[in-house]
Amino acid sequence: MNLAQSPLSRRDDLRAALAGYLLALADDELILGHRHSEWTGFAPDIESDVALSSVAQEEIGHALLFYERAGDLLGGTPDDLAYGRSPEAFRNAVLLERPNGDWDFSIMRTFLYDRADAVRLDGLVGGPVESLADLAKTLRREEKYHLLYGEQWLRRLAAATPQSKQRVQAALDGAWAEAQGLFDPVEDQDDLVQAGAIRTGFDAQRRLWHGQVGAILESAGLRAPGAVTGRSAGFDGRVGRHTDDLRVLLEEMTSVRRTEPGAKW
Amino acid sequence: MVTQAVPTEQAIWEALRTINDPELPIAITDLGLIREVEVEGARVRVTIVPTFSACPAIGVIQQDIRAQVLTLPGVEEVEVQLSFAEPWTMKRMTERGREQLRQHGLSVPPRLGGGEVTCPFCGSTNTTLENPFGTTLCRSIYYCRDCKNPIERFRPPSD
Repeated sequence: MNLAQSPLSRRDDLRAALAGYLLALADDELILGHRHSEWTGFAPDIESDVALSSVAQEEIGHALLFYERAGDLLGGTPDDLAYGRSPEAFRNAVLLERPNGDWDFSIMRTFLYDRADAVRLDGLVGGPVESLADLAKTLRREEKYHLLYGEQWLRRLAAATPQSKQRVQAALDGAWAEAQGLFDPVEDQDDLVQAGAIRTGFDAQRRLWHGQVGAILESAGLRAPGAVTGRSAGFDGRVGRHTDDLRVLLEEMTSVRRTEPGAKW
Repeated sequence: MVTQAVPTEQAIWEALRTINDPELPIAITDLGLIREVEVEGARVRVTIVPTFSACPAIGVIQQDIRAQVLTLPGVEEVEVQLSFAEPWTMKRMTERGREQLRQHGLSVPPRLGGGEVTCPFCGSTNTTLENPFGTTLCRSIYYCRDCKNPIERFRPPSD
């Protein structure tokens, strides 16, 4: 069913907020999927090369499904939404646009993000916008493999040598502030919570996430800092305030499309 | 009076049985992808349940269904829609589909999940997981300690 026909998204006051939330979901998956794909051919072992390529493919496929639903409300094809917008129109969290850096950071980022994504999908399952609730339920099953992958590597790095432990702790400390931004709300997100489209508010989701990642980090012997309350400080991808890293990423990602707009292959 | 051919649901199911999955050597009906076939005069709607929602073969499958069903007499319009209302699980795959995957050299998990990983080459269960990710979203890689072969195992979405 076209998402625009759902009673909730027919309400003028909720339509824009829902479209913004769908873009945030889609942009997160697309941008992190693109970053994962940059490991193809360069990961530390062949298993990780295959794994991250596979995860990248899956995240970008999930982005497509969210863009389709956003397109029901906003108009435009998934390709238009993925490749045709300027950086300030993107709603992804800033953490995800950061370059891959080293393996520690990439693993830490995917661990923090995949847990956040799981909490977010939980908040959509059983909701009143049927085509979104069903999709969230499906994605939650598929994302379990991603969760296991990140957690297993995190534990491996934390337990290997004092140097690897120190490095993965440094990656955590470095990623932590921007990880809080994973839960920053899009415009009028509260209205979606009040209407029941999202079951829990962003602060409650962040607390839940903090409890989950905190327990895993602690059991791996790492120190989890405290979580913030309210909108996080600094850049804010959810309202389109991005770092220059996103501009560079999009320039590369859209370069083929821009050389021959509208080309079919 | 000219009699207009009217497509039957049965004829459409027959046509669907001739379409193979692009990434697996079995029919999409044996894989259990088809949830519903609806016929309204010359218009046909086929609803499919993907194994993985991000499977890149979905677009090809939709095209194949459309092309195949359009060859039937009386069919003028074919819509292929995805449904996520119920999940795809191993229970949707037919016994014939499982046997064909095994003959193709894939290890296949039991209908109810879990179970030992049997080597499709030598039948040993002395196997170990090499990588939960493989050449497609629906495959993982194991290794047989007895015959020393790498094994591809069909991987359903997690429960």
